[in-house]
Amino acid sequence: MIPFQYTRANNVADAVRLIAANSGAKFIAGGTNLLDLMKDNVERPTKLIDISRLPLTSVEETASGGLRIGALVPNADLAWHPLIEKRYPLVASAILAGASQQLRNMASTGGNLVQRTRCAYFYDTATPCNKRQPGSGCSAVNGINRGHAILGASTSCIATHPSDMCVALVALDATVHVTGPNGGRTIPFADFHRLPGDTPHIDTNLGPDEIITAIEVPAKGFATNYSYLKIRDRLSYAFALISVAAALELKDGTIQEARLALGGVAHKPWRDVAAEAALRGRPAEEASFAAAADLLLRDARPQAQNGFKIDLAKRAIIRTLTQAARGTPQSQSNKTIQ
Amino acid sequence: MQDGAAQSDANPAPLPEKMSVTLTVNGTERRFSVLPWVSLLDALRDHLDLTGTKKGCDHGQCGACTVLVDGRRINSCLTLAVMRDGAHVTTIEGLATNGALDPLQQAFIDHDAFQCGYCTPGQICSGIGLIAEGRAKSPHEIREFMSGNICRCGAYPNIVAAIQQAMGTKP
Repeated sequence: MIPFQYTRANNVADAVRLIAANSGAKFIAGGTNLLDLMKDNVERPTKLIDISRLPLTSVEETASGGLRIGALVPNADLAWHPLIEKRYPLVASAILAGASQQLRNMASTGGNLVQRTRCAYFYDTATPCNKRQPGSGCSAVNGINRGHAILGASTSCIATHPSDMCVALVALDATVHVTGPNGGRTIPFADFHRLPGDTPHIDTNLGPDEIITAIEVPAKGFATNYSYLKIRDRLSYAFALISVAAALELKDGTIQEARLALGGVAHKPWRDVAAEAALRGRPAEEASFAAAADLLLRDARPQAQNGFKIDLAKRAIIRTLTQAARGTPQSQSNKTIQ
Repeated sequence: MQDGAAQSDANPAPLPEKMSVTLTVNGTERRFSVLPWVSLLDALRDHLDLTGTKKGCDHGQCGACTVLVDGRRINSCLTLAVMRDGAHVTTIEGLATNGALDPLQQAFIDHDAFQCGYCTPGQICSGIGLIAEGRAKSPHEIREFMSGNICRCGAYPNIVAAIQQAMGTKP
């Protein structure tokens, strides 16, 4: 870790002013990802602006029937918030599928969005990485890439976004509220994270002097027919090889509305509205789910070591949609998959 | 990021001063001064001589550094002491009351829930947090919600049994 200055922001305007005035500065909230990266000299801020005491910790109902979640609500509190458990259990389930309870107690809602990839080469400063050092090359393309992207990757970067919560939020059409020097704006969740292209050092469309203040979820929470299934190398406390967020609205066995998003497959949480459209009007049965999976994976391209992920993704999509249709969501404690 | 480092080389910032931090640790107010990059873990061990809390991976992966901050279990290696100014911290040294072990400490002894003991302070603080949360009840749930604490000796079945005993769900 390199030496850095530390200061505490008094309010959101103060935080924006401080970040705009210090080009080497970063915000710190939960710190679980940033401090980890600083210890490895991957992140080297010259100043930390502590935003952890800003009053962004409430969960409030919106006029349109949704919820506005403060950016500093800890992940654990969000997963166990009565309104999230009751109306957005897909979000609760996805959060509980990630990290450990200690980390969920620390990590913030906003910080979860801007956490960085866990690609081993991104962490290893002895190796080239276009995300860490633009133009240096990608070590994963010809390296150990078993866990890497199968969708939306580029020759510059094949890293994946590590979040579980974000997979649920993109499926539910959340929006991200941000504030910058010119005031506030909202970013649709699907537009918040970027694909790598030839600028993989830029993870998101959040401006360098903007701060996330809240995440808003619309009224429709799909609380009856949903499931979040995470497939990983060990049963707990590991990042996804494949994760699937599925939500359905059913009428007499026919799909009225569908949401389908994947984690662990791309540089961003991967939602496919074409696959969702293909499910609408179809019977809630395996043939419909398999067709949607094939459509979602139409442009999937394996790396040298992760071809298994394409077939795994297809089977996970079918299983998760089946769980959602049955109304038997995947337990995040008992990991038996039924 | 690398560009941030390049900028600091071109225009070096002055080194920061030590900052005053006040914590209530195991019921006692402690005041000390640290540089901003000192983790809560290092502050406890190196500045307050509370070496019961262990440094394992120093990256939030093993859970050996688990302490309770304002009643919640966290990884003390992934938070800065200066960020926690004013907080109440409970470490393994603060669990016994007038010489009587916390029920979970006693349960770890009763169930032989450790071998080398290095992870044990973190396991016990994590278990205290788990019991306070009141969510995990079944062995499946206890295992899941203790997954942030690695036991290299593999005492997991005994740790689950000890937590069940302390929760009153098993004799």
